Amino acid sequence: MPVESAFQPKIAAFCCNWCSYAGADLAGSSRLSYPADVKIIRVPCSCRVNPLFILRAFQRGADGVIICGCHPGDCHYTSGNYFARRRAALLFSMLDYLGVESGRTRVEWVSAAEGQKFAATMNDFAKTVASLGKCRRIGDLRCRTSES
Amino acid sequence: MQNVRELMIKKAGEMLSSGEVYGVLAWERGDFACDQTPALFTSPESLSRLAYDEFTAPMLSKYLINEAKKPNEGKKVMVFLKPCDTYNFGHLLSEHKVERDRVYAVGVACSGIFSREKTLLEKCLACKGMEFHHCDEVIGGEGKITWDKLDRFAGVEMIESMTPSERFEFWRGELSRCIRCNACRNVCPVCSCVKCVFDNPGSGVMSKSNADEFEENMFHIIRAFHVAGRCTDCGECSRVCPRNIPLHLLNRKFIKDVNALFGPYQAGASLDDASPLTSYSVNDPEPGYKDKAKGGERVA
Amino acid sequence: MLKILMSDIGRLFERLSSVGTLYLPIEGGGQTAFAPWRAGADVQLDRVNTDLSVKGLFFPQTEDIAFFKREGKKISVLPSSDPDEPFAVFGVRACDVRGLEVLDKVFLDDPAHMDTFYKGRRENGALIALACSSPAETCFCGAFGVDLAEPSGDVAAWIVDNTLYWEAKTQRGERLTEAVRPVMAEQSGTSAVDASKKAARDALAAAPLASLKDSLSAWGANDMLTLFSSPLWANLSMSCVGCGTCTYVCPTCQCYDVQDFDTGHGVTRFRCWDSCMYSDFTLMASGNPRKTQLERFRQRFMHKLVYFPEKYGGMFSCTGCGRCLSKCPVSMNIAKVIKAVGGVENG
Repeated sequence: MPVESAFQPKIAAFCCNWCSYAGADLAGSSRLSYPADVKIIRVPCSCRVNPLFILRAFQRGADGVIICGCHPGDCHYTSGNYFARRRAALLFSMLDYLGVESGRTRVEWVSAAEGQKFAATMNDFAKTVASLGKCRRIGDLRCRTSES
Repeated sequence: MQNVRELMIKKAGEMLSSGEVYGVLAWERGDFACDQTPALFTSPESLSRLAYDEFTAPMLSKYLINEAKKPNEGKKVMVFLKPCDTYNFGHLLSEHKVERDRVYAVGVACSGIFSREKTLLEKCLACKGMEFHHCDEVIGGEGKITWDKLDRFAGVEMIESMTPSERFEFWRGELSRCIRCNACRNVCPVCSCVKCVFDNPGSGVMSKSNADEFEENMFHIIRAFHVAGRCTDCGECSRVCPRNIPLHLLNRKFIKDVNALFGPYQAGASLDDASPLTSYSVNDPEPGYKDKAKGGERVA
Repeated sequence: MLKILMSDIGRLFERLSSVGTLYLPIEGGGQTAFAPWRAGADVQLDRVNTDLSVKGLFFPQTEDIAFFKREGKKISVLPSSDPDEPFAVFGVRACDVRGLEVLDKVFLDDPAHMDTFYKGRRENGALIALACSSPAETCFCGAFGVDLAEPSGDVAAWIVDNTLYWEAKTQRGERLTEAVRPVMAEQSGTSAVDASKKAARDALAAAPLASLKDSLSAWGANDMLTLFSSPLWANLSMSCVGCGTCTYVCPTCQCYDVQDFDTGHGVTRFRCWDSCMYSDFTLMASGNPRKTQLERFRQRFMHKLVYFPEKYGGMFSCTGCGRCLSKCPVSMNIAKVIKAVGGVENG
């Protein structure tokens, strides 16, 4: 079998504890596959994601960052994801404005029952990010190793 | 302007003599153009040193955060506010950083501010308007914009029309000059956290210099994001930057996006409206959809 | 003395850059700063002063000290090597040359505690100083005994009527002179630049801040405690917004912080400029001895005008370059402080 040598992007996925993290769990227990380089970071709510978390992920070598939370209207804390949505809209637009390709950032709402959607989202996002290649525009040179 | 200065001195003198205010926040003259310093005048005699002309650039609203807290037997502090500074004043009031009844706010007519090189400042070229907000009184009346006004968002649109690579190169060129002096942050009336995340050893991002390109980007993204939806577009950040970085292009990008995504909003104009990032609508557009007009088309 | 027509100055730069990297005041983003020369660069030799001082070439804003690498239980320390690349800086003004002399005191004065990074750059960097012909309104180098028309440095240069005159001042300057001699012509005597020197000195004497020297003498007449406890500091510091602009554009401010950065595969230890204007400067486990902006503000000027001269034989650590005057967001600056404490009204 030929060894897969295609570029595997590193992806940081901020998942809310109540919906998307459970959705990821379901994807796993349903044996649905999504790229191993998607690193899930569990947060209490999508609203907990501070802009610095996103930048930090890029600093430490992420090629793409995705925020996943409960569907609008379903937030465990009533309205957290609505605030997250506004913030992410502005922050991702700003990253795009600074030249970080908009395909590297995404927000997706994934419920605890949507294991299928979680896997599909991650596969699709990984494909988009892979097509953009290694993120060279907002990483930190000091964090790079000879392999990266 | 000379006339306005005399009226300012007269009013300040009256307020100090009658004991209605304990001090007057104004500008003190310097040695040459663009050398006026914000100062607190506490005696009518000292007012001969008050300066106000087309080179008087610093804004005074931020000083109210400290001045309006001083006990001084509950007396007010008087402050002179240019039209654009009245929005900052409004913002500080809406965030309860300044108590309204400790301030006697006097609007002063403005006819545009010039740089040391005798050119009109960018923030004045893109003037938001000469009307005053939240003032107790206005001296010199509403000024007139006598110059060809620049579209506030023209610069942002120009950058938006570039390719991602061009935008990246553009901002590298600008932000790589940053020396992290924090002038943009410290002069900003909106940036008035007691402890900034960048000065906080516990934050994990405390830094005193840009040791890497990443830190140049990070500082400016976070600075602009922390004032997103609160920035009144007074233009002080760009004016004070010792490295001539067009910081207003970051702030105005957020303002433009806020207007397009969440509806028109001018920070500091009203004391009642919730700011865009402390409120929401269930119908807000999804991130990644550039604007409502495009019918929700995803931008890859 | 040698000379070259300004129209041929590119040939001089070419010769100089063959010796090592050549830094020049180069325009970019509406600013002038020392940057490596390349053909076609927008070289600004008329402007007084560069927006950033020459300090950064000898004492960079950030500089790695060491890298710590961990393998298993073993931690290895990889120290940065001392700089040894030769370079030359052209167009340094007299005030900035004095700035380096001030930094020399701090970093090189004590043989037991030399700053080897700074030393490496000082030993490898040649200074070609350029005399000023028309000082800016913010200039006051005269107050500190700096002669704008006769800069020190390895080589002094003057530009008069489209001709650049060149005079070696040190042995290193002599060596540079040999390298550039082929593209330059001989000039006997100094008469060509004498009139220009006088004009520059006269212009400085007529500048708005010419009388600062007199106010400065009032500082020396007072003892340290009197100056320290002066009630004037409260009013002077009131407008200060606590940014670091004045310290970062200053040619003599030398405070730095040492910080560690976790790269994920090791730790980089670096030093970076720090500013006494910042709220976390002097912060230590027990708290911060300078709690208010008044104390921080006072420290900056007391250091430059009182403590430093006390320690280093009367040398002030201000050179009168005027950068903090033109860059301060609220125009509160050392000239105003000198005058206020010296009992003179501004304006």
